[in-house]
Amino acid sequence: MSAVLEIEGLRKTYRSRKRGVRHALDGFDMRVEAGQVHGFLGPNGSGKTTTLRTLLGLIRPNGGRMAILGQELPQALPAVAGQVGAIVESPQFFPHFSARDTLGLLAQAGELPKQRVDEVLELVGLRDRAGERVKTYSLGMKQRLAVASALLKNPKLLILDEPANGLDPGGIREMRGLMRDLSAAGMTVVLSSHILGEIQLICDSVTIISLGRRVAFGPVDEVLAAHSQGAVRVRLEAVTDLPQATETLTRAGIRVTAEPDHLMLSGVDKPATVSRVLAEQGLYVSELTPVAVDLESVFLELTATAPVPGQHRQVDQSTKVGEPGSGATTGGWGA
Amino acid sequence: MSLYFTELRRLSKRRLTRLLLVLLLLGLATVATAFSFSSHQLSKETVAAAQVESDAQYQRAMEDWKKTVADCDAAKARGDQDTEERYGPNCGRDWQPQPEMFDPKWNLPYQFDFRAEFPMFIAVFAGAVALFAFIVGASYVGAEWSTGGMMNLLLWRPKRLAVLGTKLAALLTTVLGVSLVLGAFWTLAFWLIGRYRGTTAKVTAGVWQSIGLDGLRAVGLILLVGAVAFALASLGRHTAMALGAAVAVFAISEIGIRIAVAVLSVPFGDRYVLSTYAQSWFMKKVELFDYDTCQFAKGACEPAKLVVTWQQSALVLGVGAAAALIGAFWSMRRRDIA
Ligand SMILES: Nc1ncnc2c1ncn2[C@@H]1O[C@H](COP(=O)(O)OP(=O)(O)OP(=O)(O)O)[C@@H](O)[C@H]1O
Ligand SMILES: [Mg+2]
Repeated sequence: MSAVLEIEGLRKTYRSRKRGVRHALDGFDMRVEAGQVHGFLGPNGSGKTTTLRTLLGLIRPNGGRMAILGQELPQALPAVAGQVGAIVESPQFFPHFSARDTLGLLAQAGELPKQRVDEVLELVGLRDRAGERVKTYSLGMKQRLAVASALLKNPKLLILDEPANGLDPGGIREMRGLMRDLSAAGMTVVLSSHILGEIQLICDSVTIISLGRRVAFGPVDEVLAAHSQGAVRVRLEAVTDLPQATETLTRAGIRVTAEPDHLMLSGVDKPATVSRVLAEQGLYVSELTPVAVDLESVFLELTATAPVPGQHRQVDQSTKVGEPGSGATTGGWGA
Repeated sequence: MSLYFTELRRLSKRRLTRLLLVLLLLGLATVATAFSFSSHQLSKETVAAAQVESDAQYQRAMEDWKKTVADCDAAKARGDQDTEERYGPNCGRDWQPQPEMFDPKWNLPYQFDFRAEFPMFIAVFAGAVALFAFIVGASYVGAEWSTGGMMNLLLWRPKRLAVLGTKLAALLTTVLGVSLVLGAFWTLAFWLIGRYRGTTAKVTAGVWQSIGLDGLRAVGLILLVGAVAFALASLGRHTAMALGAAVAVFAISEIGIRIAVAVLSVPFGDRYVLSTYAQSWFMKKVELFDYDTCQFAKGACEPAKLVVTWQQSALVLGVGAAAALIGAFWSMRRRDIA
């Protein structure tokens, strides 16, 4: 497979006289294969928008290499711009123009036929409101207009930074369908979002970023499998036996979390071991289920941003790759 | 090229552009109309009547004078001592009214003289259109920056300098078009006022040529103002930046420097004031005098003189505008776009 998007060692440093330097991107890597829907995840302030802005030539990086469709950026940007449609974080439009005028002006600047404007307006469901001024639009309508502007040039690579922001449930589902259709038609989509259920549903692969560095990447199922850490749910015939089972399993080197009517185990290689160890002690298993983790828990674990009771996590408190004691799983999958 | 036409369309679609254009039209039309009422064409009869009236005034004044002198003489003959105070020395004989003091001109209504007065109206026109160019130029690019339109456009056209340059070109051509069209109407309106309610006497080809040159200067100044507004708003990435900078420059140059040079009694202080250059650009030259070099006790004196020529104005204004534009393009090239 060929890479539509490649980023290697991208760095962006913000300097301020008062607050010193901030490494918004600190040697970030990313790779998106052709035809994929790729999820781009990370906590607030981890550098997603900065990455996408840099890629689109709006921000000058301090180092690293980027390529889109095999062409080096930012030199080749004028050449590839026509094939990259993008919305960047809460896009804004001139408030006194209508949606049709806004898109019409973009289409004219991009030398696209006029009827394309009506096509995309239809696609994002703004057809009947296209003549009204953007100022009067709701948040979701503006977001739809943004998606329309990104789709206008029928790009090979579509970059969407939080496109679902403000969309209604129907709109989110529609967007999901749209992504599927687009990728089926051969478009590559990069999607940044905090709605992980959504990402899990529509993305083929993901990149997870934390504090400007990549913490995980690869096909969604591989990332999930890699970080499910052998979670297993165990029920016994007699609930009263649970404390003894806990003790036995802990001795066997398995991490156990006791719940009222079952045990949650982690770090289990082969579930069969569990049933053997327990049987040796005369404890009989009534249920032994490997638990599928969801993207959300993997994300929280990888970025170390799961809420801790009694603590208020501050932004920028997340996994720093390459620092000892961070406790994060580093290294990639699918590379 | 498609970008250029897009920008022309964007500019003309803007409500502010349209609104200001309407206001400008109304303003200019009002001035011309009001002015046409204040001017009255002089017919032969009016001129003759004015001549008759001033002759009569002269006669009346002569009679009054003769009577006063006679009164004075009579009073003197009676032996009054205060005739000096009441009638002046020598009974006011030296104050005989002269015919030239009763010019029939004073009895005529105002008549607009196209040849002599139209150049002033070119300056009025330039002021109004320059204001239009400033606001439209600043808000056109300022709003693009502050509403994210610029960012959207750069996603389509990543060549930043070309985008900014095209926008500037679109602005300048629009302003040029407006100036030329309105300027033609303005000239026509005043020529008609001159023709039908004033005089267009002695308007030779040479006069037209000089009017044409004045018009060119006016257009040049208008374009310069538009470009500077554009550059400032782009530099500050907000319309208000240009307006703020204009207010600041005005306050510093026209008030601050004026006060400073007055306090420090700098010779020819006005040469540090921006409006001197705008003035000399129109008048072809401005003469500044330094009265401090005169010692009036020694009698009349020619004060030291400094001439600011229109070439110097072109240099000062041009360098200022170029600095603003270079700054705007440089920052467009260098700065991140958020
Ligand atoms: N212009 C700027 N000056 C200084 N720091 C900046 C600037 N822009 C971004 N940053 C910093 O860079 C880091 C990354 O910001 P970025 O917007 O890329 O985050 P993000 O991943 O998009 O977050 P979110 O999920 O909240 O959208 C943050 O710490 C932010 O404060
Ligand atoms: Mg963001």
